Amino acid sequence: MASKGIRDRVAIVGMGCTPFGERWDKGVEDLLTDATKDTVASAGVDVGDIDAFWLGTMASGVSGITLSKPLKLDYKPVSRLENFCATGSEAFRNACYAVASGAYDLAMAIGVEKLKDSGYSGLVGVRPVGDGTDPGLSSPAAFSFLAPAYAHKYGVDPDEMKDVLTRIAWKNHRNGAVNPRAQFRKEVSLETIKGSPLVAGQLGVFDCSGVSDGSAAAIVCRVEDAHRYTDKPLYVKALSFVAGPAAGPIDPGYDYTTFPEVVRSAEDAYRQAGITDPRAELAMAEVHDCFTPTELVLMEDLGFAERGTAWKEVLAGTFDRDGELPVNPDGGLKSFGHPIGASGLRMLFECWLQLRHEAPPERQIASVDAGRKLGLTHNLGGAPGECVSFVGVVGNELSA
Amino acid sequence: MTAGIVAWGTYLPYWRLDRKAIGLALGSPAGRGTRTVASYDEDTTTMAVEAGRRARGGAAPADLFVSTPAPPYLDKTNATAVHAALGLPQSCTAFDLNGSVRSGWAALYAAALAGARRPALAIVSELRTGLAGGPDERDGGDGAAAFLFAPEGAAAEVMGGASASEEFLDRWRVPGDVDSHIWEERFGEDVYVPLAQAAFTDALKEARVSADALDHLVVAGLHTRAVKAVAGRLGVRPEALAPDLTTTVGNLGAAQAGVKLADVLERATPGQVIAVLSVADGADAVVLRTTAALAAAQAAAGPSVAAQAAGGRTDLPYATFLTWRGQLHREPPRRPDPERPGAPVTHRAELWKYGFNASRCLVCGFRHLPPTRVCLSCHAIDQMEAERLADVEGTVATFTIDRLAFSLSPPVIGVVVDFDGGGRYRCEMTDADPDAVRIGMRVGMTFRRIYTAQGVHNYFWKAKPIEGTN
Repeated sequence: MASKGIRDRVAIVGMGCTPFGERWDKGVEDLLTDATKDTVASAGVDVGDIDAFWLGTMASGVSGITLSKPLKLDYKPVSRLENFCATGSEAFRNACYAVASGAYDLAMAIGVEKLKDSGYSGLVGVRPVGDGTDPGLSSPAAFSFLAPAYAHKYGVDPDEMKDVLTRIAWKNHRNGAVNPRAQFRKEVSLETIKGSPLVAGQLGVFDCSGVSDGSAAAIVCRVEDAHRYTDKPLYVKALSFVAGPAAGPIDPGYDYTTFPEVVRSAEDAYRQAGITDPRAELAMAEVHDCFTPTELVLMEDLGFAERGTAWKEVLAGTFDRDGELPVNPDGGLKSFGHPIGASGLRMLFECWLQLRHEAPPERQIASVDAGRKLGLTHNLGGAPGECVSFVGVVGNELSA
Repeated sequence: MTAGIVAWGTYLPYWRLDRKAIGLALGSPAGRGTRTVASYDEDTTTMAVEAGRRARGGAAPADLFVSTPAPPYLDKTNATAVHAALGLPQSCTAFDLNGSVRSGWAALYAAALAGARRPALAIVSELRTGLAGGPDERDGGDGAAAFLFAPEGAAAEVMGGASASEEFLDRWRVPGDVDSHIWEERFGEDVYVPLAQAAFTDALKEARVSADALDHLVVAGLHTRAVKAVAGRLGVRPEALAPDLTTTVGNLGAAQAGVKLADVLERATPGQVIAVLSVADGADAVVLRTTAALAAAQAAAGPSVAAQAAGGRTDLPYATFLTWRGQLHREPPRRPDPERPGAPVTHRAELWKYGFNASRCLVCGFRHLPPTRVCLSCHAIDQMEAERLADVEGTVATFTIDRLAFSLSPPVIGVVVDFDGGGRYRCEMTDADPDAVRIGMRVGMTFRRIYTAQGVHNYFWKAKPIEGTN
């Protein structure tokens, strides 16, 4: 009944990630080509060596032709999929299962999104014809429900709550400032963040992730083949994906201080990976910081902090790049923006760099040197109470 | 067994425009007092629904007559949306009587006739527009009144009525225009006074009462000069003249007679005689007598006209008013235009979208908004019954102020509402001060126009603070 997992059966042998940002100079096809070029080079293979492809994009193209056409693929299978903000991670998950099953030897997962061409602020979704009754709230508004609910439940003063949210944005911008691929490569002062114009609820502009274009990709194979391609593969320890019943907006029992979907997918992933104390075992985590209260709540849902304590841990610097458990050491969605299809693979790319000691010295995290071997990536898509959630764990060693 | 009015309800919007605000903005005196203003998410259909919801009592209507000079749709019947939002049975008629100001009286007249046979509901809804700085903008008002007539149980029985009709040019409007034209006022006065006297005299004759025996007199009409002149010449005791409400709510046009009558009914005592006289392209009069059932009907009526007139927000900026009325073209947000709702989807969702019906699980009792076929709590499939929650109150579980979402009147207030007796829904809150929203606030539901896209009005329900409880 429960997920079995495929721990240590699939390895990542190559990855690539384009710079994220307002890429006025690049179209969807360019971004896909750039990410593919870097990824095949990283694995030391040709595009023609790859047996099957999974393309994640929410709205930048439909069907596998979105990828096969620019890459001029030689009649290969390409699946195009979408799963809200977890789209990139979904492409990766499905590619892993494909090689684990033995159906293919070498598969590529690639995610892309071109958001800036629309000319609109924020995300623009395509929806089926509706009855007009969906509340037309923006994404920041949907996520801003978390802040007063959390503060109310745990007795956090609204001003202190604002400091906590500000600290999260500050940390992620600080991390992104030294990452050449990030959209925003500048530290932002606490005062600037705190004083930024309000968008929704307590959330100011700096509490929201940016809107950007980008692409990232990974090549996977079965573990026994990994060393044909690289001396330093990453091993897939866990892949968990959950779609919830969208209970929050209709269930008075939901209190907007947690993402039940994340709790379930985290439990599942830790079981698959054999993790019992994530805060102590993980070297790093890349989590879905679409808005600052999201990251706060995720620290508890992912088991990095006890319920009602994450706000104190945030203020104490526990999740800073040089803290006990670095969270979003690459700068997160906050610094990278959120090209939907690409974000999950961009997170994985940070694990690829950090766990293989390939991050530049100025931002290599100490936990890896201290012997921690596991990295976590997490995405959620939707809104509090009605979302999909992905939790994946990769490691730089096979388990004993 | 007494036929007549068994229940009534009125609706005056939350917003008021202080006439001083017009004067300040345009640099010319605009008089004193306030007028009622339909909010950006209201139109004559939504106000008709709100008034209709308050006209409760006795049997469900078998006939529905909705009237307005400002219909949201032409060709398409507007009364069907009111019918759906009131949750009336399919067999109930739903007719529009639209266009002229006098059609408001026609709806009351039709319901009185039909109501002698079976329950009939008349709703008159009005939204007075005019050009910036003009007298119609300044003196008009928005609101609605609903009267339920039935063959028995009347709180006010119809004793007699009469009309006088004549063709002349007093006030007119070309379809599509926001402003009316008026012939020289003294001409209208000259024509109206004898017509009004004729209708009034005939009505009294049929009712077999004399003018000096009237306990209350309502005179309504957009022709202020004629109304004033008529009221003084009928031989009615001056103290019987009903308050004209124009300094607080404004002149409600087609709905003025109904709202003023409701105000009288709310203050009257059993056995009193009331005459209502309306001047609009002729004159119409009716004489009513209150019965012993009046007290029960007064108790069942929603918020009184007096209470509504005394409430509301008076700090509406004139620029906001002009924006709502489409007379100030503002820069839109850099977001895609909203999509028009699809006709088939809307039709399938009628019980939800218009009737605000939840589904309650017959197995475990869990309430679902919107209605679903599979129970969230026990997963039973197709074991649901529809349950109307439009009149059920709730509590704000959490909220947000959305400054990004599209609205004619930003910011949008988003609330999560937990309903008394179960059920949760996330929706917009309207008629509220963003700074006053808090967890635990008590709210009720109100029928609103969410937006208009490609000519399709998207109606749905929003939460609204319950006055006096927060």
